[in-house]
Amino acid sequence: MIATKKLSSGAHTGTNVTVQRIMWQVILAITPATALGLFYFGWPAVNLFIITILSAILFEAFCLRLAGKVAISAILDGSALLTGWLVAMTLPPWAPWWIGVAGSGVAIILGKQVYGGLGQNLFNPAMLARVALLISFPIEMTTWANVAPINSSHAPNFSESWSITFSGLDTMAPIDAITGATTLGFVKTEFSQKHLLPDILADYSLFFDFLGWTRGSLGETSALLLGLGGLWLIRQGVIKWHIPVSLLLTVTVLSGFFHLMDSHHYLTPLVHLNSGALMCVAFFIATDYVTSPNTPAGQLVFGMGCGLLIFVIRTWGAYPEGAGFAVLLMNAATPLIDHYIKPRIYGRYRNGKPLEPKTVEQERKS
Amino acid sequence: MLKLFKKRRIRGGVHAEEHKASTSGQPIAVDFPLPKKLYIPLQQHVGKAAEPVVRVGDRVLKGQLLAHSQGMISAPVHASSSGMIVDINDYPAPHPSALPIRTVVLETDGEDKWLEQPLAGDPFQLDPEEISLLVGAAGIVGLGGAAFPSAVKLNLGRKNKIHTLLINGGECEPYLTCDDRLMQERAVEIIDGIRLMLHGMETGQAIVGIEDNKPAAYQAMQDASLPYPFIKVEQVPTRYPMGWDRQLIRYLTGNEVPAGGRSADVGVIMHNVGTAYSVHKAIRLNQPLINRVVTVAGGAVALPMNIEVPIGTLISELFAFCGVDQDATQRIVMGGPMMGDALPHSNLPIVKASSGILALTRKEIRSTAQQPCIRCAQCVSACPAGLLPLDMANRIRNNQLDAAVDIGLKDCISCGSCSYVCPSNIPLVHYFKYATGELVARQQAQHKSEQTKRLIDDRNARIARIKKQQEEEEEARLAAKAERERLKNEQGTLA
Repeated sequence: MIATKKLSSGAHTGTNVTVQRIMWQVILAITPATALGLFYFGWPAVNLFIITILSAILFEAFCLRLAGKVAISAILDGSALLTGWLVAMTLPPWAPWWIGVAGSGVAIILGKQVYGGLGQNLFNPAMLARVALLISFPIEMTTWANVAPINSSHAPNFSESWSITFSGLDTMAPIDAITGATTLGFVKTEFSQKHLLPDILADYSLFFDFLGWTRGSLGETSALLLGLGGLWLIRQGVIKWHIPVSLLLTVTVLSGFFHLMDSHHYLTPLVHLNSGALMCVAFFIATDYVTSPNTPAGQLVFGMGCGLLIFVIRTWGAYPEGAGFAVLLMNAATPLIDHYIKPRIYGRYRNGKPLEPKTVEQERKS
Repeated sequence: MLKLFKKRRIRGGVHAEEHKASTSGQPIAVDFPLPKKLYIPLQQHVGKAAEPVVRVGDRVLKGQLLAHSQGMISAPVHASSSGMIVDINDYPAPHPSALPIRTVVLETDGEDKWLEQPLAGDPFQLDPEEISLLVGAAGIVGLGGAAFPSAVKLNLGRKNKIHTLLINGGECEPYLTCDDRLMQERAVEIIDGIRLMLHGMETGQAIVGIEDNKPAAYQAMQDASLPYPFIKVEQVPTRYPMGWDRQLIRYLTGNEVPAGGRSADVGVIMHNVGTAYSVHKAIRLNQPLINRVVTVAGGAVALPMNIEVPIGTLISELFAFCGVDQDATQRIVMGGPMMGDALPHSNLPIVKASSGILALTRKEIRSTAQQPCIRCAQCVSACPAGLLPLDMANRIRNNQLDAAVDIGLKDCISCGSCSYVCPSNIPLVHYFKYATGELVARQQAQHKSEQTKRLIDDRNARIARIKKQQEEEEEARLAAKAERERLKNEQGTLA
């Protein structure tokens, strides 16, 4: 006789997909874009990246200890690492160390653990951190370093990098020589001086932008690598296509429409798709399971909402980039979307009433 | 075109790892040594338990009636071999609880001697009702796992003007290949059983649905059905739970069974291929349902196989025959790994519904720790019923059972697809089964308290009525007395 303990209902077997595996797959997908960002922006970016991730893990461990949970197993699921990583990707690459620490603190403590930890939060932690930092520290959060790849002639050496990270950019003079505006920021300022697009974008190179050779957040500049990583995630079945496609399509259609109407005042869809946080948000932020709708239809609505808000804020808002705000607003709408958009239950109409059985006569007719 | 499009729809489901190769290629073993003792439970079906007609000490022949059915929904039980009845008592049931149920213990004499019975003649000359009666008397129940008495379904078919008999050859559960082998080896008999069922239900056509991962079975069934144009054999995609009756009905006929209704509402009734085979044996050979093909598989099984065994064989004996490694066995499952029941030990008998017995190893049963739900919605995509397993589980965890019912708990079919895909290894089906059971318990408790209240109210009313009656009687008595007094006085004055 064989006796076994611990009985449970089916399924008695399962897929080999685990939370940990999902987290690592996402991390793998954002690694190329991050690596490129670290290379382009050099050692200060590397410092900031490491500090942000380490502090995210420490905050996570601290909160878990406080809650009386076993910290080590929860840390091994990789979610804090991923959150810290995403926060780092959205920061200006030469931001001082405390920006990274504050960002991780907001993301992990306010964005995730106060709600009860993994799976409980209403807002995407990384976007919450980004928006909180942007509002609290507008200078640090909009100081964009020029591209200066590691070992290139303009790149800061190791000790200079150290002082950029820990003493701030002010120690580096002249600051204007090594920083500038992002494409979207530049366009916004030029518009305020009544300049028109053909003049504003005279020096703009779509190709360099596409490869990530442009000023911007640490891991957000390469639309190419982010897009490839995202497509790989879809192929792996980690994310579904609904949110990225509806989000990008909405931005494309809206910007295309306005650009056709008035090409002097509205950017082409290509610049929109290439710039700012759009690709990163579309594939890695808006697709966050916890804060996006559960059903494919709901996800389409969510993606469209994000796309619409991003376009509106970029075009008519005070900020050059609206991705963070857009995602947070749609996060807030997610419970509502999930409430109204539900799958139809087998044998029932959408309103929940049982189907009317088709009689044999009706069927013969049809 | 529109109809074609409408017809081919599958929703949800999972493509589970099949694990069928180890048993699907070898013939059904028929050399299982007759066990010394058979433990034949009196309830192996949905409905009322059968009532024994034999006593301890009786000698019985193979196929002889041991217990007859009770009431509308029930099924009789027969002797799986010849020998002596040594006990009729409570023994553990093949169920996760292993709670005792009434069981007939038959000590076999080794002769395996059949009870001689005259054959009924050409069954197609019989009345359709006669077919139902024969099927009922043979103790046939749904062999796909549900164990619903088949005769009841045949009667339902006659009463409801069923246009199509669907035969489920899907066998979508991983590991199981008993139906696959049965179709490969005994297709002619199955087709004959289908013809008999059609006659019994007075239904014109039958469609057999077979998952496309069983090409050999499909070919065999196709060949066997050739002479009968009213029996169509169709391939269906391999996607669990294709064998869910409503999934197969929608796929093959395009109709959706209304919630709370029965498949008969859309003119369809479904039986399993094993059931069709049993009908053939019952009517053509006069053999009641006393044995069945069982898949024995799983990582801990040295010699996985399909094997025909008498009902009442202990699983432990089956395991010994198939070389099951006791130490490697982490979980014993009766049925498939998706919907089957985990059994606490192996000293339990094979019953009519035992399609498979699995001895699963630690590696196979996914032993990763449970993690928080990350709302990945894999369960939503996997649910064939269109439910939101994650939200239901959440509500149940917060003890909001009625709120879980509001979003479709009662439409859950416990197919296990959600649990299968969950990356956090949350036992979702366990939640749903708990909630369903708890709701029934609460309903019963409420019913009981209402009943008690009614009894108390009745009692109070009764007491009040009696009291009033007594008062009235007293009044009448007093009135009568007064009357008598008056009369007496009158008489007195007269005198």
